[in-house]
Amino acid sequence: MDPSSALIVFREVLEAALVVGIVMAGSKGVVGRGLWVGGGVLAGALGACVVAAFAGVIQNAAAGVGQELLNASILFAAVVMLGWHCAWMGRHGREIAAHMSQVSRAVAQGSRPLYALGVVVGLAVLREGSEIVLFLYGIAAGGGSGALAMLGGGLVGLAGGAAVGFAIYAGLMRIPMRYLFGVTTWMIIVLAAGMASQGAGFLVQADLLPALGRTLWDTSGILSERSVVGRVLHTLVGYDAKPSGIQLLFYVTTLLIIGSLTWILGRTKSPAAPAARAA
Amino acid sequence: MRQGSILVWALLTVGVVVAGTSSQVAQADNGYVMTFKDNKLDPVELQVPAGKEFKLTVKNVDQTPEEFESEDLKLEKVIAGGSEAEFTIKALEPGRYEVFGEFHEDTAKGHIVAQ
Repeated sequence: MDPSSALIVFREVLEAALVVGIVMAGSKGVVGRGLWVGGGVLAGALGACVVAAFAGVIQNAAAGVGQELLNASILFAAVVMLGWHCAWMGRHGREIAAHMSQVSRAVAQGSRPLYALGVVVGLAVLREGSEIVLFLYGIAAGGGSGALAMLGGGLVGLAGGAAVGFAIYAGLMRIPMRYLFGVTTWMIIVLAAGMASQGAGFLVQADLLPALGRTLWDTSGILSERSVVGRVLHTLVGYDAKPSGIQLLFYVTTLLIIGSLTWILGRTKSPAAPAARAA
Repeated sequence: MRQGSILVWALLTVGVVVAGTSSQVAQADNGYVMTFKDNKLDPVELQVPAGKEFKLTVKNVDQTPEEFESEDLKLEKVIAGGSEAEFTIKALEPGRYEVFGEFHEDTAKGHIVAQ
């Protein structure tokens, strides 16, 4: 087992695993969620292999910024899906929590945009997975006596990342049902804000957006983004040790848009509520 | 389902259109090269003038892919084996900027010094 390859794979798996953990917690009790989330993981893994196989083509596409555009598109698509889910939960979350103990809960949740969560999971696995595939391919192609140890390390990293994803799921499951969706919805909002900030970073790298200040502040001395804690926070709340101005702008804007949408829709009385109750 | 997927496609389309138009932007005259060879960076130290935008070409002459990364410069890009990638680096403050290959972090380390 090679510790450095374990760490590399672990770091990449971590992000996808945390997203899956939060999504699974946020869809507790929903019929068919396992199918959507499992399908998302599978589709994402297959997509990751395709992206890895065409890495060279993607790299040279769009005047050399194909990879940045792909990453930014994946991240922004995930942000839209997460925002859509939050807005929907803002509107219907309370009814669902109220119906949790009733037989009718499956009916009440029938219209829930589960596909949005499936897509988010798929996109997260796709993005992180393609890097893992390329890294492991490099090891396998390199051959040599160390290759087996490094592949072993990769497997350990994979298992470790999955364990952290499960841990956050298990932790969230301890939250009483009444508060669960409130917690997961706000976690998903900051998750989305972090993804938007990351997406902006890729567009700056592609020279399509101005950085508006390359480094607003530097906290890498206190908490490196490459440490495990830094990486977890990077995924959960979008922690960036050296954020650029445009990243902060995207972060705050996403937070405000999805946050206020969720809040406003949550305040207005849902017209669907009486119908759901009747059912 | 429909609203969601339309949004995704709209985003992707915008991305591709933006990329298409940006390719006409004039190139900076001065360029620098760093090369991944045998999972090491060459040169380990690259000197560039501070306060001036420049092009950085990163070549990967190894057979296997490498991810060129720099927290200091906010760069992160997979470079397939036997290919290269070009970055536009905006004017740097004088200082030292660490760069590395994430797939071989133990050996593939280097830095850019702006002065």
